[in-house]
Amino acid sequence: MKYIDEYRDGGLARSIAATIAREAVSGRHYKFMEFCGGHTHAISRYGIEDLLPSNVEMVHGPGCPVCVLPVGRIDDAIRLAMRPEVTLCTYADLMRVPASSGASLLKAKAAGADIRMIYSSMDAVLIAETEPARQVVFFAIGFETTTPSTALSIGLARRKQLTNFSVFCNHVLTPPAIRAILDTANLPEVERVLVDGFVGPAHVSTVIGTSPYVGLAAEFEKPVVVAGFEPLDVVQAILMLVRQVNEGRSDVENQYIRAVAAEGNLIAQREIAEIFELRETFEWRGLGELPASALRLRETYAQFDAEQRFDVVPVPAADNPACECGDVLRGLKKPADCKLFGTVCSPETPMGSCMVSPEGACAAHWTYGRFRDRAKASAVRAMA
Amino acid sequence: MCLAIPIRVEALLPDQMARVTLRVGDYVLLHVGYALTRLDPDEAERTLALMREAAVPGLPTMKEAAA
Repeated sequence: MKYIDEYRDGGLARSIAATIAREAVSGRHYKFMEFCGGHTHAISRYGIEDLLPSNVEMVHGPGCPVCVLPVGRIDDAIRLAMRPEVTLCTYADLMRVPASSGASLLKAKAAGADIRMIYSSMDAVLIAETEPARQVVFFAIGFETTTPSTALSIGLARRKQLTNFSVFCNHVLTPPAIRAILDTANLPEVERVLVDGFVGPAHVSTVIGTSPYVGLAAEFEKPVVVAGFEPLDVVQAILMLVRQVNEGRSDVENQYIRAVAAEGNLIAQREIAEIFELRETFEWRGLGELPASALRLRETYAQFDAEQRFDVVPVPAADNPACECGDVLRGLKKPADCKLFGTVCSPETPMGSCMVSPEGACAAHWTYGRFRDRAKASAVRAMA
Repeated sequence: MCLAIPIRVEALLPDQMARVTLRVGDYVLLHVGYALTRLDPDEAERTLALMREAAVPGLPTMKEAAA
């Protein structure tokens, strides 16, 4: 496929990795966080870690919307779906995410709730139009990439004067999450993630541009390289980060220039601003309550807000206490450090959401990375 | 979740909510049924040129290895 195959050239990736190995100063350790689940997936799937020299380490970030959604919001969605008049429309990613007491949307569907998997938020509007007797609720989730499509669907529902369409909004913002990772001054030392730079969001940046990272890079003196999701994009971004570190720079650079403009997509930004406003605070799995980190519908669009229409009252809910997703999402632990990993927790029976989404760090490691662990372990045994 | 794929525009239909000028033959990044942005063919080629520049000379690329 054009614009995909040419960015998956293994020989070129090995050559760039050789340049990284040459330029990474021996005796210095480089630790970079890839923000997005899309990057995590590319790194695992294409074995990028195997190409990098041992002193260049990648840690996974919180950029997987399914993974950072707190359990309580899934519980709320299940309660909405159990209402007899409601049809809950959701992206398939959310179906198997564990809720409280072993529940999930998939189990709720099996128990009779009207839950439908859709490809596009537009499908939910069309269902509302063709089934006027149903109250159609769209379970909206995602970073800035996905928010414009939700905004356009709400605009469309308004133009069609639909009274049976609403949105359960869980859209979150990337810059506050990057801030939460970097702003560790008040945390105890063991909880600080010390990274030398970020592989910055890809498709989020097509919408918001590169300027939102400029203040963060300057304030915390960490380079950010916005990068695409293909393996060559990631490898090139890592080289750009190594060079910035070597030169003592902390700039925002754009590797994904074929898709990302500095100012982003202004039309999409206007659509978002028309319909959404900032929540004072929102809970993130792993990162806790973050101020001004999520969106809700403006008062002028209240009729499309499922939380208001159905009086959604948040009920606090805790994760499985043994699940280490929180530390994995902050880059403090790797998936295999969790004692549930690969024992009771696997993609078939996930205990935490990082094992559900293919972009989740645990699912990516389960699908691709664990074979490397096994090879390493047997190499150690052979030496002993 | 943020998955998007490069898709070639084959035809422009009415009521597609497009407010940018797209031409048949352009490539866009498609995410949950919506175009996020138009891909810039010149920048795409420039990125590949920079990648080749960053590569150590001597190691074959995929195409060269296949030839």
